[in-house]
Amino acid sequence: MEENQKFTISIYTENNIGILNRLSAIFLKRHINIESMTVSQSEIDQVHRFTFVVIISETQARKILGQLEKQIEVIKAYYHRENEIIYQESALFKISTEHLYDEQIQEKLKFRRAHIVTITENYFVIEASGLKEEIDRMYDKLKPYGLLQFVRSGRIAISRPRMAISDLLQEIN
Amino acid sequence: MKVSIKENIIMNTETQTLKKTKTTKTENISGAEAVIKCLLAEGVDLLYGYPGGAIMPVYDELFKYQDKLHHVLTRHEQGATHAAQGYARVTGKVGVAIATSGPGATNLVTGIADAQIDSTPLVCITGQVSSHLLGSDAFQETDIIGISTPVTKWNYQITEASEIPEIMAKAFYIARSGRPGPVLIDITKDAQFDTFDFQYKKCTSVRSYKAVPEVNMEVLNAAADAINAAKKPMIVFGQGVILGKAEEEFKTFIEKTGIPSAWTILGLSALATDHPLNVGMVGMHGNYGPNRLTNECDVLIAIGMRFDDRVTGNLDSYAKQAKIIHFEIDPAEVDKNVKTEIAVLGDVKETLAKILPNVDQNTYPEWRQEFKDHMQIEFEKVIKNDLHPEKEGLTMAEVINEINNTTKGDAIIVSDVGQHQMIACRYAKFNQSKSNVTSGGLGTMGFALPAAIGAKMGKPDREVIAIIGDGSYQMTIQELGTIFQTKVPVKIVVLNNEFLGMVRQWQQLFFDKRYASTEMINPDFVMIAKGYHMEAECVSKREDLAKAVQRMIASKDAYFLEVRVEKEDNVFPMIPSGASVSDIRLS
Repeated sequence: MEENQKFTISIYTENNIGILNRLSAIFLKRHINIESMTVSQSEIDQVHRFTFVVIISETQARKILGQLEKQIEVIKAYYHRENEIIYQESALFKISTEHLYDEQIQEKLKFRRAHIVTITENYFVIEASGLKEEIDRMYDKLKPYGLLQFVRSGRIAISRPRMAISDLLQEIN
Repeated sequence: MKVSIKENIIMNTETQTLKKTKTTKTENISGAEAVIKCLLAEGVDLLYGYPGGAIMPVYDELFKYQDKLHHVLTRHEQGATHAAQGYARVTGKVGVAIATSGPGATNLVTGIADAQIDSTPLVCITGQVSSHLLGSDAFQETDIIGISTPVTKWNYQITEASEIPEIMAKAFYIARSGRPGPVLIDITKDAQFDTFDFQYKKCTSVRSYKAVPEVNMEVLNAAADAINAAKKPMIVFGQGVILGKAEEEFKTFIEKTGIPSAWTILGLSALATDHPLNVGMVGMHGNYGPNRLTNECDVLIAIGMRFDDRVTGNLDSYAKQAKIIHFEIDPAEVDKNVKTEIAVLGDVKETLAKILPNVDQNTYPEWRQEFKDHMQIEFEKVIKNDLHPEKEGLTMAEVINEINNTTKGDAIIVSDVGQHQMIACRYAKFNQSKSNVTSGGLGTMGFALPAAIGAKMGKPDREVIAIIGDGSYQMTIQELGTIFQTKVPVKIVVLNNEFLGMVRQWQQLFFDKRYASTEMINPDFVMIAKGYHMEAECVSKREDLAKAVQRMIASKDAYFLEVRVEKEDNVFPMIPSGASVSDIRLS
């Protein structure tokens, strides 16, 4: 049996209603869980970019890519292994203001890509970005302070190999 | 984007209707009328459907345009999709079905799913509650876009009348181009009522959609080399040959190369039954030779087929010795189930024509003899008993054979799903393409009766015979009402074994004869048909069969023939589920 691994699937699509449903249905049909997902407008006007993270075999990844690209409103899809991309997640931590001057928190913020984005009378918010594992570690460290809220984004990723999406769009336009 | 050859053909053979309506002038009309005008512009003259609240504005326009656009009222929306499928399958044109919102729309879903898996071009139009009510759980509101997404090639919800021309044009283009499929367009009621300046422009490309992949000559040459080097090549062809209108190119290709050719159930009729290179059906109930020899050929050439599991059996022991060449229009099908050495992407009409000069003339007499030897074994062990049984009860194959004797292979055969379907596909004779209409991929019981209505309306000059099991028949039996109302002269043959025969066969073979819920206590089918004022009879004796079939074919009207067949006959050969094609059983 071929081993499963983490794949980041990037999909460029038209910006139309219902595409998310159509794409996620392809994973659903194959009983594949979506670990993370990010959607927003891409570098190209009117073109959206979906970034899915899934744990599947490479054969599955290849077949799913075929199914994704087959969808009428999908312009192009790519899959990448972990070493083929630069990726990030971002997270927000909401903590009670009473801990703001805690030296340990100050220490933690110093050594990481994290900063305070807002401070109010009752709470302050730390924003951090990094790999999933880095955010996990940050979470573990901040948890003892009683997190009032915590939220993390899905993965965003940029590939090391070229994705010739702009050329492709120019060609089809 | 380049327009495919196929699209060019479609565009060049536009109907008169398009020319008449193709105008640069705009006119202020309602969305509902625009829907009709779009259908006319696409050359539609027939559609199937069922009215209801949310689609009433369109039906009101259908009333006004009834001299140009014939609407057939089916007795259930599922019947409308299957009828549209039958029409599409025999004509090669896009079938159109229309229904209201909510239950009307959900009733279309089975037919849409069937069309999706069997690559049938359909445009389905559903009414939807007014846009201001969307999401309010209004009367007969359902999220048909969400429901139909996984089973459509494309779908879209129109909420403004002005969107109608562009979206309808796109719907027809997507449904029929490339690998065809069903498209669903959901139109809110307010968009049907609103007026706008109508102007229609045909769609010839969608920027994010490449209908037909470009042909790679290097790959084509590699395929030709592999074919020329083969000692024991074999072809398995599917519906791609029919959908690509490539029957002539295919015949020329096999006649030059001399390669024995087997078909999938949806490829059936693309090559005449009596063609000397036609070696029969592959798959679970296919012929002994092509199944066994799949695992002995050195080059397996798959043409317009998708290696369905009913074709391949166990993939781990499927054609492992062979170099596999796959002619395919849909890149997602390549390496999906079976790993191919050479994938020849493109429309088979184009790729088969382009490869022809590069392939050698050949005849493979010894290799072809192996198919004949296998056929002889199958004849002795299976076919002889099917066609000329020594027992008293009638077999399904005898009935199909009698139909062959009467129609000489010129009829369109529409089969449903189950034992009778396998027997019909195994024994029915075909002289011309687009003559076998059946539910292949989805295996939708209830398909045949409404599909036969569509097939007869699509090809009124041809004999259309529906072969249906007693189980399948009762799933859409209400379409007898459609036949009565439209007077469409379809011939209906119900092969009644008082069982859900295929499930019973599996229960016998794999579940120690525990016949759980497969026995059918049936009504008087003849009386039911007569209730719809249809000529009807029932035969159960061998000596009555031929005359009954002849009477049915001779009738100018719709006709119902029930044949009581042996209750517990099994369909063989059979590749048990999960077994290898080599392990095909003859008994």
